[in-house]
Amino acid sequence: MSHPTTSLAGAPFASGGLVSAHDSAGTPTSGPADRASLAVYALRLGDDALVLAQRLGEWVASAPQIEEDIALGNIGLDLLGQARTLLAYAGETEGAGRSEDDLAYVREERAFVNVQLVEQPNGDFAVSMARQLYFSTYQFALYERLQHSADATLGGVAEKAVKEVAYHRDHATQWVLRLGDGTDESHRRMQDGLARMWPFVAELFEADDLVRALATGGVAVDPSTLRAEWDAYVDAVLAEATLARPTSTWTARGGRRGIHSQPFGFLLAELQHLHRSHPGASW
Amino acid sequence: MVTATAARERAYSVAATVADPEIPVLGIADLGGGGGGQVDESDRVTVTITPTYSGCPAMDAIRTDVEKALHDNGFSEVSVRTVLSPAWTTDWMTDTGRRALADYGIAPPSPRREGGPVALALSVRCPQCGSPDTREVSRFGSTACKSLWVCTDCREPFDHFKSL
Repeated sequence: MSHPTTSLAGAPFASGGLVSAHDSAGTPTSGPADRASLAVYALRLGDDALVLAQRLGEWVASAPQIEEDIALGNIGLDLLGQARTLLAYAGETEGAGRSEDDLAYVREERAFVNVQLVEQPNGDFAVSMARQLYFSTYQFALYERLQHSADATLGGVAEKAVKEVAYHRDHATQWVLRLGDGTDESHRRMQDGLARMWPFVAELFEADDLVRALATGGVAVDPSTLRAEWDAYVDAVLAEATLARPTSTWTARGGRRGIHSQPFGFLLAELQHLHRSHPGASW
Repeated sequence: MVTATAARERAYSVAATVADPEIPVLGIADLGGGGGGQVDESDRVTVTITPTYSGCPAMDAIRTDVEKALHDNGFSEVSVRTVLSPAWTTDWMTDTGRRALADYGIAPPSPRREGGPVALALSVRCPQCGSPDTREVSRFGSTACKSLWVCTDCREPFDHFKSL
């Protein structure tokens, strides 16, 4: 009863930090362009969470152990909860009357702005754990900073989710250690999983003008500033797991601009088909 | 005509008894920090709730149950708002809530460990036989807020409300 109530659902664009920061730089203060940028930024973070939640859901009933069905389902559920808040906020900030369901279920492939890492097929269990280690390490670093955002809604999502993501990162870490420092076969497959997901790592840290402008205003986190922390954590895990850091240099790009890999269309078809077959259905 | 304060206390006592649908021995007030509430001059009630986890599927049920309980007790206009900040932590859970969990067969959360992002329970007592000789089977359990444990003494598996 005692803690202050914070208006999130109807939060105005958190203008305090943004306005003062821009004023001091002599650039325009918050306006329609800023709100549009904020909507895109929320959509990016929301799409990352939504798409990875969908991929993790595919493991339920086919993971190596029943405990793992439950664990990956729970991690997906956490991500889905983050996605719901972020997509609802993106729709509200955009101001075009789109709900979280509209954004999740009736956007076309090119309108999704998630990074390509999260849409990659599950592969074997080691591939999924490599993807999870890479993503959760990135998301933990991101949310740790984003919880101090000048935007109250983004800050609230991050403050809540960072504690969940700590468990996700820890879970992936435990598996990478166990498989890497396990049998010859598990080591080989973990190393292979790391290599297969490696080309999708660089995109996590790419910044563009939109995110840089929001970061200057204290609303967003410039992802390029997270790379050193990510490297330190992942390198330490790989070293302990007796695994080598992949060396390939080709990197995927374009997810934030709606460019996706071939498997993404199939994921979307499964995610959206029920809603598209029965528009407006409810129970 | 009751005063605003009396109405607020009455509304709180009604809302507080709404049970967590996944752990029916817990009223939402037992989870602690269970949101705030306001009642204005026209008896319009605004209740604020916060999820244990971002994706907690019980939130919709709790929202509906709170509205219904207040309607049934004479509050005609009720709105329930969800807030995320300050983020809920198991440290807010009341002693009554912790005892109810243990009696129900769920080991209550340990205090969060400072310094590490993942809160590790150093010793979790078996809620069946009380033995401290237990081990974690999986950090993710039957719901988002629980982990799965087994007692080495009595061999019973049990849920632990994990620290967050």
